[in-house]
Amino acid sequence: MNASRYGMVIDTRTCVGCAACVIGCKAENDVAEDYSRDWIRTLLTGEYPSLRMAIHSERCNHCDHAPCVQVCPTGASHRGPAGTVQVNPAKCSGCKACVAACPYDARFIDPRSGAAEKCTFCMHRLEKGLHTTSCQEICPTRSIYFGDLDDPSSQVSRLLATREWYVLKPDAGTRPKHFYLK
Amino acid sequence: MKRREFIRVASVGVAGTAALGGVTTDWYGLYGNPTVDPGTDGDRVVPSFCELCFWKCGILAHVKDGRVTKIKGNPRDPLSQGQLCPRGAGGTGLLYDPDRLKRPMIRRDRRGSQEFQEVSWDDALDVVAENFEKIKANHGASALALFLHGYGGNWMRHLFQAYGSPNIAAPSYAQCRGPRDVGFNLTYGWGVGSPERTDIMHSRCLVLIGSHLGENMHNTQVQEFAEAVRRGATVITVDPRYSVAASKSAEWMPIKPGTDLALLLAWMHVILGEGLHDREYLAAYGYGFEQLQEHVKPYSPEWAYTRTGLDPDQIRRTARMMVAARPATLIHPGRHVTWYGNDTQRSRAIAILNALLGSWGRRGGFFVPSSMDIPSYEYPGYLEEGGDPVDKPDPSDYPLADEALAQGICEATIPGVRGESRIKGWMVYGSNLPITLPNPEQTARAIQELEFLVTVDVLPSEIVGWSDVVLPEATYLERCDELFNPPWRQPYVAVRQEVVPPMYDSKPGWWIARELGKRIGLPEFFPWEDSMEYAKTRLELAGLDCDVLREDGVILGEPGPLYFEEGAPPVFHTDSGRIELYSQRLAAHGFDPMPTWHDEEVEDPPPGYYRLLFGRSPVHTFGRTTNNRLLSEVMDENEVWVNRKVAERWGLDHGERVYLQNQDGVRSSFSAPVKVTERIHPDAVYMVHGYGRNAPKLRRVHGRGIDDNELITRYKVDPIMGGTGMNVNFVTFLRAADVEGAERADGREEGAS
Repeated sequence: MNASRYGMVIDTRTCVGCAACVIGCKAENDVAEDYSRDWIRTLLTGEYPSLRMAIHSERCNHCDHAPCVQVCPTGASHRGPAGTVQVNPAKCSGCKACVAACPYDARFIDPRSGAAEKCTFCMHRLEKGLHTTSCQEICPTRSIYFGDLDDPSSQVSRLLATREWYVLKPDAGTRPKHFYLK
Repeated sequence: MKRREFIRVASVGVAGTAALGGVTTDWYGLYGNPTVDPGTDGDRVVPSFCELCFWKCGILAHVKDGRVTKIKGNPRDPLSQGQLCPRGAGGTGLLYDPDRLKRPMIRRDRRGSQEFQEVSWDDALDVVAENFEKIKANHGASALALFLHGYGGNWMRHLFQAYGSPNIAAPSYAQCRGPRDVGFNLTYGWGVGSPERTDIMHSRCLVLIGSHLGENMHNTQVQEFAEAVRRGATVITVDPRYSVAASKSAEWMPIKPGTDLALLLAWMHVILGEGLHDREYLAAYGYGFEQLQEHVKPYSPEWAYTRTGLDPDQIRRTARMMVAARPATLIHPGRHVTWYGNDTQRSRAIAILNALLGSWGRRGGFFVPSSMDIPSYEYPGYLEEGGDPVDKPDPSDYPLADEALAQGICEATIPGVRGESRIKGWMVYGSNLPITLPNPEQTARAIQELEFLVTVDVLPSEIVGWSDVVLPEATYLERCDELFNPPWRQPYVAVRQEVVPPMYDSKPGWWIARELGKRIGLPEFFPWEDSMEYAKTRLELAGLDCDVLREDGVILGEPGPLYFEEGAPPVFHTDSGRIELYSQRLAAHGFDPMPTWHDEEVEDPPPGYYRLLFGRSPVHTFGRTTNNRLLSEVMDENEVWVNRKVAERWGLDHGERVYLQNQDGVRSSFSAPVKVTERIHPDAVYMVHGYGRNAPKLRRVHGRGIDDNELITRYKVDPIMGGTGMNVNFVTFLRAADVEGAERADGREEGAS
């Protein structure tokens, strides 16, 4: 794994919100029943018949300034490899401070382990030498891009350099690493 | 595992490291942070193809310790290309559905009472065989009908052809794609096939008419739709609902439901009136151009406005957009097109509009597919009992139907509907007729008339509850099936193979068909040991290696020319051998030879009623998947979409539960929440099909949401091919609080008397 700062770019122009990312993640990561690490959000503006709609596939933003890491009393939430945010369930006391601190509502307590849970950017895949996250791999519209934001030649860097984009809740000061292409 | 135990196990795992540091405490902070691996990678990865819908995408199933952990797309497969839709990704939710049929069952009480006794396969099959033979002896083989849906149905079809009954019907014809296939056949002498020969990927202008790609997850089409959008194609969506596809479109045309044909005619009027059609193409291949030009003269955009409610400028503008991109303009033929009873003519209009733009056989329009030639297994000839299916008692009824009609067989079962009853027994394979055929009350009557009903299914669906004998089939992950070699861009063949052995006492379809065949004296039609031997024999005849196929999941052939400009032959199997803008065959049968608007064909909703429209969710395939645990986590109930202004008029709040009642006074069995939205035409309400299920043994979905099919008591039959137009019902709202309050009051009175 040579990347130094992983980020995800999602093309809202092509995403249809089918939730293949959600189901694929649940299977890949054996996520607890009735919980999921990613989800679909639809944003509608306008009045019939002048409408606009954006569809988002959302998950943990792996923020550069991550409130979940700052508030964690045990060090379970920590800065993982390549700028990602990870949880070590063995250290987690299940206090939910991180769940409350996350402005994106990306965390939950896994009822099986009692520990905080969220998207890992499929770190277990990346460490095995796979270059994709599960959601990216399965996406039928290929709307999810993943790679090193610090590498100017990576696809994510090139997309961010050439397309208009936005992040969620920029005012939260978290410097999220999920970018939505307009 | 409880959290404390988890921590304990984890500390054992790092004890070695801690000991090396000489630290004996278990203070959290001293441990490293190992990456958590969910451990879902398979110790075996088995290629196969999916059956969560009928698209048949290539998959890779991961198996660990005998359990399927996850399903991925097979990158070699031309349909999935390594990607999957949510349903395909959720296939384990079917395999491990706790509600699955587990053992063969025989009915104990009256039909429909849902009282069954579990029996051995021998006993169940003996009863089925005995009834098959009895029906043949007393009424002839054609008195036994087969309804089927899904790829495993091929084995049952083979059984019925050997048995000698022509009455084999798939609701996917007359309740779904039939009018489209007939409309395109009449025009080009070719259907559009499945998977459709649409070259969406290369389209510069894509026109979707009621086709909600992105919610309708035909994987390859959705992949190509996204690719077309990425490449900057212009998308035009005609839909009374602001669909996901509409949100990707340059133009959304919120048409008044039922008036699509008027729009299509107006588009032709603009294109021909302004001389923007593909002259060379039509001169080379067209038939009846002058008649069509004359025919569409009255259909101006202003004329269409009074029917469709669409701005005439938008109609002109979109027509010119289509022209600007031609021939890479694709007016998508759709798939579920049984809407209003004029569906073959509407599909004809779509076919003709494509011809005016020169898109058939052209890049970005419709490509010319090719398939891998794999010889059939050599059986003795099928037995001839003879003649047409019973749904065609009089050949003049639906002269251009080219498959049996499921509702026709249903009608022919009931004495008096189509003369005397001529169908005495049904076998139903993977086809849940009570929520598939319109007018479920008629379906229930037909079932009560039957001498015998056997169902082969995976789940305890509604039809299972009505059956005399229930045969539990293994799921697609537990069985091998017929080879799949569809016409596509590139010829190929895919294999379905057993990923894990069948659970419980379920059996694969090939085994069920073979055992029945042996019992009814047709062993010569089942000479193979199992379906893999059958597949291997066919592959050897084609010179293909079965082991390679099983290893890779697919074998690819050499692509041929895809377009006329690449040398694909422009062949049209019509009467004139040309593209028939004017259909001689339709004229000969007394139908409009060119699509014609008839005002009387469209009914307006009565006051206080709204047209009932239904469609699909990306996470479900009709009612087949709504009990799937993984998929229902994303969507576990349907909603009634109501335009915001309509909701305000009724005082309905977002999320408030309602029952729906149709124009015939039929009320839904269950309630559903209202979705107050800007995204739907004020004349209509919309629901996702597959909910409001009555089957009590589908424990996850039972009673969730509303079943649109209960409310489809009327259908308008397409006079050309017998398709059932189902978007002709109107519903009104009943507040759940009122309905349930009244029911409680009734209950008290009855209790008191």
